[in-house]
Amino acid sequence: RRGLRILAPQLLCNGRDASASRFCLVLAPGLERLSQMSFFLLQIFINNEWHDAVSKKTFSSINPATGEVICQVAEGDKADVDKAVSAAKAAFQLGSPWRRMDASHRGKLLNCLADLIERDRAYLAALETLDNGKPYSIAYSVDLDMTIKCLRYFAGWADKCHGKTIPIDGDFFCYTRHEPVGICGQIIPWNFPLLMQAWKIGPALATGNVIVMKVAEQTPLSALYVASLIKEAGFPAGVVNIVPGYGPSAGAAISSHMQVDKVAFTGSTEVGHLIQKAAAESNLKKVTLELGGKSPNIILSDADMDWAVEQSHFALFFNQGQCCCAGSRTYVQEDIYHEFVERSVERAKARVVGNPFDFKTEQGPQVDEEQFKKILGYISIGKREGAKLLCGGNPAADRGYFIQPTIFGDVQDNMTIATEEIFGPVMQILKFKTVEEVIERANDSKYGLAAAIFTKDIDKANYVSQALRAGTVWINCYDVFGAQAPFGGYKESGNGRELGEYGLEAYTEVKTVTIKIPQKNS
Amino acid sequence: KHTIFINNEWHDSANGRKFEVYNPATGEKICEVEEGDKEDIDKAVKAARTAFQLGSPWRTMDASERGRLLNKLADLIERDRLLLATMESIDGGKLFSSSYLMDLGACIKTLRYCAGWADKIHGRTIPMDGNFFTFTRHEPIGVCGQIIPWNFPLVMFIWKIAPALCCGNTVVVKPAEQTPLTAIYMGCLIKEAGFPPGVVNIVPGYGPTAGSAISHHMDIDKVAFTGSTEVGKLIKEAAGRSNLKRVTLELGGKSPNIIFADADLDSAVEFAHIGLFYHQGQCCIAGSRIFVEEPIYEEFVRRSVERAKKNVLGNPLLPGVHQGPQVDKEQFHKILELIESGKKEGAKLECGGGPWGNKGYFIQPTVFSNVTDDMRIAKEEIFGPVQQIMKFKTVDEVIRRANNTPYGLAAAVFTKDIDKALTFASALQAGTVWVNCYSALSAQCPFGGFKMSGNGREMGEYGLHEYTEVKTVTIKIPEKNS
Repeated sequence: RRGLRILAPQLLCNGRDASASRFCLVLAPGLERLSQMSFFLLQIFINNEWHDAVSKKTFSSINPATGEVICQVAEGDKADVDKAVSAAKAAFQLGSPWRRMDASHRGKLLNCLADLIERDRAYLAALETLDNGKPYSIAYSVDLDMTIKCLRYFAGWADKCHGKTIPIDGDFFCYTRHEPVGICGQIIPWNFPLLMQAWKIGPALATGNVIVMKVAEQTPLSALYVASLIKEAGFPAGVVNIVPGYGPSAGAAISSHMQVDKVAFTGSTEVGHLIQKAAAESNLKKVTLELGGKSPNIILSDADMDWAVEQSHFALFFNQGQCCCAGSRTYVQEDIYHEFVERSVERAKARVVGNPFDFKTEQGPQVDEEQFKKILGYISIGKREGAKLLCGGNPAADRGYFIQPTIFGDVQDNMTIATEEIFGPVMQILKFKTVEEVIERANDSKYGLAAAIFTKDIDKANYVSQALRAGTVWINCYDVFGAQAPFGGYKESGNGRELGEYGLEAYTEVKTVTIKIPQKNS
Repeated sequence: KHTIFINNEWHDSANGRKFEVYNPATGEKICEVEEGDKEDIDKAVKAARTAFQLGSPWRTMDASERGRLLNKLADLIERDRLLLATMESIDGGKLFSSSYLMDLGACIKTLRYCAGWADKIHGRTIPMDGNFFTFTRHEPIGVCGQIIPWNFPLVMFIWKIAPALCCGNTVVVKPAEQTPLTAIYMGCLIKEAGFPPGVVNIVPGYGPTAGSAISHHMDIDKVAFTGSTEVGKLIKEAAGRSNLKRVTLELGGKSPNIIFADADLDSAVEFAHIGLFYHQGQCCIAGSRIFVEEPIYEEFVRRSVERAKKNVLGNPLLPGVHQGPQVDKEQFHKILELIESGKKEGAKLECGGGPWGNKGYFIQPTVFSNVTDDMRIAKEEIFGPVQQIMKFKTVDEVIRRANNTPYGLAAAVFTKDIDKALTFASALQAGTVWVNCYSALSAQCPFGGFKMSGNGREMGEYGLHEYTEVKTVTIKIPEKNS
């Protein structure tokens, strides 16, 4: 019960005002459940069992709202990854329970996992907020909602992965089998820990693969709790294995492992390069990457102003600015530029920064000290390079990693804050004249994850969405996601697509079978 | 009481009539049910049309939410499994063990399968010539009339509503007059699951009245029917005569089951037995023409008769019973008449051949050998526990004889030879071909008939096409770029 004893007092102590006691009421059923729940240990999950690291080392998980240590977690390294890969390999043997299972039953297990996450929703949301700093109300209503829906979506695909029968020339009967790829290494980030875990395990398990997952060292807790639910749901041992640890050790061990068939990574472009290199240098494992972005959000002068301001605010500041697809270059057409800037500043100043367990809070802390310092560094560079600081610019509290909502105006394309991914609550507003010009400037980036355009004109909407080199283009909205819709990047924002039917391709290996027959008839 | 389900409410029939529902194991009345007719169908169609209006809760619902409701309905069926299985057994004369394990199992799995499709129905964006942006919407068809048979009442009910609701349609369902009870109970569960009013409407009644009202209705967009080929033809005619509503039909069969000398004989005998005798022979896919290759013919007949004689008849609710009654008096007499024709036309009666017991509609398991293709029992669908075994010599001959029928629902071949197996997979004119097995069905696989066994396919992804109307949308744009 190591996990429970450490966490329960933390949860109860966080905030003493009225809204916190409302939170406690919401959480109370969750806490009550703690005593009934399968407990989870802050260790490594292999073969449906909990292990210490081979090295016996542990690392601290920190609460970014306070800077204090939450608990110790086993620190996995190469030796632990090796153990996990062996377990996964055994679970994937021909004739194993997992390989022989009805596809529909795989779907049933995924639905069961979704049920269990729904059951423990309040607890998981609290864990997520404690570990990541995101507001509890959002963890509960957005992160958990999307996580459950993602798992249910992929549960539905499990028995619908169709190969084809093919009219090949000659007297042959030809068909394809859509087989699982095999052992999938999955390295997930810290900005949406639970959701990113679901995005990875959903398609992989629906298609029958086995998993070795490395969770982010900043935010291992919720994923480890889900491991206990994976066991409770009834997944056979070895199908899902989870190793908390660091990138350069555990992550690198996965990407260079000779027996891992595929690696999927979500994180920075910098590390994405390393993973692709390691895959090439080891066994040419298949690689999919979801990396960074510097997504352009284009506001034309005929846009609905109120809506555009609010959506642009949300596009940048959501999740403390820690979204790969954050709308971090807000291009505003000349005629409406001044009004847009004024309203955006007013909105940013009204943004409530505070204790993430407080229901009034819109913005919690950044995830850790490294991000905190990096963002403040960019703000400094922004000032130095001549961008106009319109609001914010400083830490927002004395402890924890809070940063004031910050807006720079009169930003030029060549400024550092206009080209590099900041991953914090720092908004850049740039001016443009014509549609042709802004398309060129929007596409002039090594990134290509997302983009948006706000306009009422159907021709402009169609023309610009066609022209933007980005994996997702939003029209008159931002950050609209659904498990049904594929998501991924052009250029250095990544390779491959997650979610939707497209998301199954990366986890499928196609085998063509051709059988000689006496006589072919159509 | 009030057994017509419209708009999530319970109604009596407009004309005040009721009809009786019987237990075929005893011949006794179970209860009375409201008899829906044209006026009730009209009410139901109005409700379904309203539920389908642009802007309605059902039309504006997230597709994933439709899936969630279907999964919820599956949960409720799972909760009430025992009750539903018992009701199904008593109403239809079905073995309780089959009801509970097979029928209810299939219902739950089918609902969950279709639930998973709801938010995965994709239209396309299409590279049309010219400066246009073109895409297709896969829309629901609209109000669907669905006429359900009595042999697998609950399973057939679910096979109809699940894909229809998954695609966003609204439905008016007429369950068979012989077996309306589980369909009526589903009304309660549909409401409990949270489907908006008018999405599912259930009107028990007779074919010539309520069923005909559906197939002739000017405001029903599609009719789906499972039943006899004879009635299937009437339905298609009515659709043509009224508003050209879309039609899918799952009709009768006289499915060939072909056994080669190199087959695993024990396995073939067992599959052939179950393939004919399951649910008292009342299956559209019944393997009712068994072609056995000459060298093993005598042995096959001997083992089949031995197997048929093992069947224990009795109260379908009791364990240890293998065969229950036929569903009603009409079927009972029809089957006995065909048995007599077999005897008269010169087939060899190996066992059975008459009724069993002194109440209910039981018929002895009956095996005919030396059956020739021109006999009535080799051509007409019997829908009873009567097995026909015929002899063949060569591959080409048996392919020709197997295909020589207006039906084409299913077929099977038993052989270890890979070339023979694949040859038959191509050559047999049947919607489902089994190799070294029989009756293997699952929600993921499309099912339906060639020729007069039906139009269209149910289940699998293919089943969704029948409940979808494709709309192409083409938008002029300033400049097209690839």
